[in-house]
Amino acid sequence: MKQVDETILEVKNLHTHFFTDEGTSKAVNGISFTLNKGETLGIVGESGSGKSITSLSLLRLIPSPPGKITGGSILFKGEDLLAKTEKQMRAIRGNEISMIFQEPMTSLNPVYSAGEQIAEAIRLHQKLGKKEAWNKAVDMLRLVGIPSPEKRAKQEPHELSGGMRQRVMIAMALACHPEVLIADEPTTALDVTIQAQILELIKTLQKDFGTAVILITHDLGVVYETCDRVAVMYAGKMVEYTLAKEIFTNPKHPYTIGLLNSLPRLDLDQEELTTIPGTVPSPYDMPKGCSFAPRCAHARRICEQAVPDLESIGPDTKVSCWMYTPQWEKEYEAEKKVGVQ
Amino acid sequence: MGAAVEGKKVLLKVDQLKQYFPIKGGFFGRTVNHVKAVDDISFHIYQGETLSIVGESGCGKSTTGRAILRLDEPTSGHIHFQGKDLLSLGRKEMRSTRKDLQVIFQDPFASLNPRQTIGQILGEALAIQNVVPKGHRRSRIEELLGHVGLRPEALDRYPHEFSGGQRQRIGIARALAVDPKLIICDEAVSALDVSIQAQVLNLLKTLQRQFELTFLFISHDLGVVRHISDRVMVMYLGKIVEIADKKSIFEQPQHPYTRALLSAIPVPNPVQERERILLTGDVPSPIDPPGGCRFHTRCPFVMDICKTKAPELKRSTQNHQVACHIVS
Ligand SMILES: Nc1ncnc2c1ncn2[C@@H]1O[C@H](COP(=O)(O)OP(=O)(O)OP(=O)(O)O)[C@@H](O)[C@H]1O
Ligand code: SF4
Ligand code: SF4
Ligand SMILES: [Mg+2]
Repeated sequence: MKQVDETILEVKNLHTHFFTDEGTSKAVNGISFTLNKGETLGIVGESGSGKSITSLSLLRLIPSPPGKITGGSILFKGEDLLAKTEKQMRAIRGNEISMIFQEPMTSLNPVYSAGEQIAEAIRLHQKLGKKEAWNKAVDMLRLVGIPSPEKRAKQEPHELSGGMRQRVMIAMALACHPEVLIADEPTTALDVTIQAQILELIKTLQKDFGTAVILITHDLGVVYETCDRVAVMYAGKMVEYTLAKEIFTNPKHPYTIGLLNSLPRLDLDQEELTTIPGTVPSPYDMPKGCSFAPRCAHARRICEQAVPDLESIGPDTKVSCWMYTPQWEKEYEAEKKVGVQ
Repeated sequence: MGAAVEGKKVLLKVDQLKQYFPIKGGFFGRTVNHVKAVDDISFHIYQGETLSIVGESGCGKSTTGRAILRLDEPTSGHIHFQGKDLLSLGRKEMRSTRKDLQVIFQDPFASLNPRQTIGQILGEALAIQNVVPKGHRRSRIEELLGHVGLRPEALDRYPHEFSGGQRQRIGIARALAVDPKLIICDEAVSALDVSIQAQVLNLLKTLQRQFELTFLFISHDLGVVRHISDRVMVMYLGKIVEIADKKSIFEQPQHPYTRALLSAIPVPNPVQERERILLTGDVPSPIDPPGGCRFHTRCPFVMDICKTKAPELKRSTQNHQVACHIVS
C-alpha cells in the first residue's frame, strides 16, 4: 500500500507555549517533521518532553488559555491547519485526522453505548441514516476483533474491559478512514499480552486502509516493532529523527545513546545500568544553549551558548547536536587556546 | 548477586496463602461473592536474594505483598518470617516485627506527607521504631540521605520540591531508616522515566550489597525484573504458574502463559527475532475464575483435562517449578 514518499503532513518549526502564573512553559519549542502516506512515525521521549502537546497541537486541541501555538506551520495535504477556521477544523478532526488517547475512559462518553458513540462519530462526517450508521459501527467493532459485536455494541464503556475499550476507541477513530491517525500511548495502560494484540491490530488496519500513523510512546521496544521512522524528543525539542531500526543500531544524539543505555533489556545482560546524570530541565527555565548540555558528557562551551539546529547528517537521519557540525572541531581548538577544561 | 543465594537460608516462607475480598451487594449489604485475589499460593524467599513477582494487572502481585505486611488480613494461610508466624502475632509483636519488613510503593508522593520536611519524615520513621537515640537522629538522617544519593540540604525541604526520582530516593531512605531485613518494592520504579529508573535500580542493587537486604520485587516490567532478580515467580489470576531462577525463566520458560508473556514484550533487537505467541481474549475476572487450569481460556495448548483439573505447582527441574499439565 505504501506510496513512495508522498508527504501527507509536514510540521515546520512548531512552537506551543503555556502562559501561566509561574511563567512561560515552552512545552513544544520548535519541532519539525514530515509524515509520509501510509508510514508510521514514532515519537518517543520521557515524561514532559512535549509528546502529547505536539499531538494535541496538530489537531488544534490545545486548551487556550493558558496554551497557545505561538509559531510554525502544520501543512496537511499542503494546507496550513493553523490558518483554518474552527469550523473547518471540526470537519477534519475524526474524519481526515483522528486521535486515540492513552486512557480511553476519558474520551468515551460513559452514558452512551459503544455502538451509539461510533455511529454518532460516523454520522458527524458521513450522510448516513441511523440504522446504516449503527450497522457500520457494528462492522467496525467486528473489524477490531471484538467478539459478539452486535451484543457489545449495546454495552456502555464501563461494561467493557480496558483492552476492549481501547478497541472501541480504535474502531471509532478509524470509522471514517482517516488519512492520519495519531495514537498517544494507546497501549500504555494495558497489559503486555493485550498490548501485543492492539499493536498488531493497528498494524493490520493501517495496511488495509493505508493510514499514516503517528505513534507516541515512551517504550523503545514498541517503536522498534511498530514504526518506520522515529523522532526522539527532549525538553520540547526534537533531538534526533531517523529510521526506527537505525536508532537502535546506530544512535547519534548523546541523549538517545544515554536513553538506550539506561534501558534494562530483555535481550542483554547488564550488571549495572548506565545512567544519564541529573534530571530534565524545567520547561519554565530552559538552558540557553542545547537543552541537554547540563547532563551531557560531551558538552563544550558552544553547547551552553547556542541551540544546535536539527540538521541532516545522512539521507534518513537528522540530529540536533553540535558534535555533528563543522563548528565542533573549531570549538575544540578555541577551547584549548583559552584553556577551558 | 547470585552469590547471595548460595547460603540458601529461607527468610520468609508463605504457605497456602489465600486472600479473598468480599463483594457486598443486595439490600442488606450481604456478601454476595468474593474476589479471589490470591488463591492458595506457597513460596519462600531466601535471605539476601531478590525474588520478583510478575504478572498482569489484577493477578495478585500487590495483594501478596500487602498480605506479608499484614496491610490486609489474609483469609487463610501461614507466613513464617525468621521462624515466627506473622499471621498469629498480636498487635504489639507485629509492630516490633514490622521494623524488619519495609515497603516502597510506586507513587512516592502519595506516601510522603506533603506538610512534613524530609527531616521530619525520616525522623518519624526513626522515632516509631526507636532504634536510634534522639540525640543521634539528625546525623543518622544525614547519613541515610547520603546512602540514597541526596544532599544533606534536602533535610529541610518538602516533598513537592523534589522530582519523581528524588522522591523515590526519599522513600528508599525511609525504608532503610530502621535497618530492615526484607524490603517489598511494589512497582517501585514503574512511574519513573527510563533514565531516572536506571539510577534508582542501580541504587537498589548497591544498597542490597551494602546492607545485605532481601527484596521482594513486584513489577509488571520484565526488562526491569530480568535486571534486578535472582529468582522470578509468575502469577496468573491469583495462582503461581511458574517459579524459577532468573536464567531459566527468561531462557527456558515452561509455562505457556510465561512463554506468551515473554514473547509479547517488544524487544529492540534485530538479531533476536522472536516468534510471538499472540494470546486471544482478555484476562477473565478473578470473581469467577475459569475452572481447571485458570489459563485454559487463553492457552494455545489447552487439552481436555485442563478444563476440569487444576494443575499443581510441581518441580520440573532442580530450580524450576511449573503448574501445567503439559509440563508434568
Ligand atoms: N495546561 C498546561 N499548563 C502549563 N503547562 C502545561 C500544560 N499542559 C502541559 N504543560 C507542560 O508541557 C510540557 C509537555 O507536556 P506533554 O504533556 O506534552 O508531555 P509528554 O511528553 O506527553 O509527557 P508524558 O510522557 O508524561 O505523557 C510539560 O512540561 C507540561 O508540564
Ligand atoms: S549539542 Fe553539545 S551538549 Fe547538546 S547533546 Fe550535543 S554535545 Fe551534548
Ligand atoms: S494446564 Fe493446560 S491450559 Fe493450563 S497452561 Fe497447561 S496446557 Fe495450558
Ligand atoms: Mg503524554
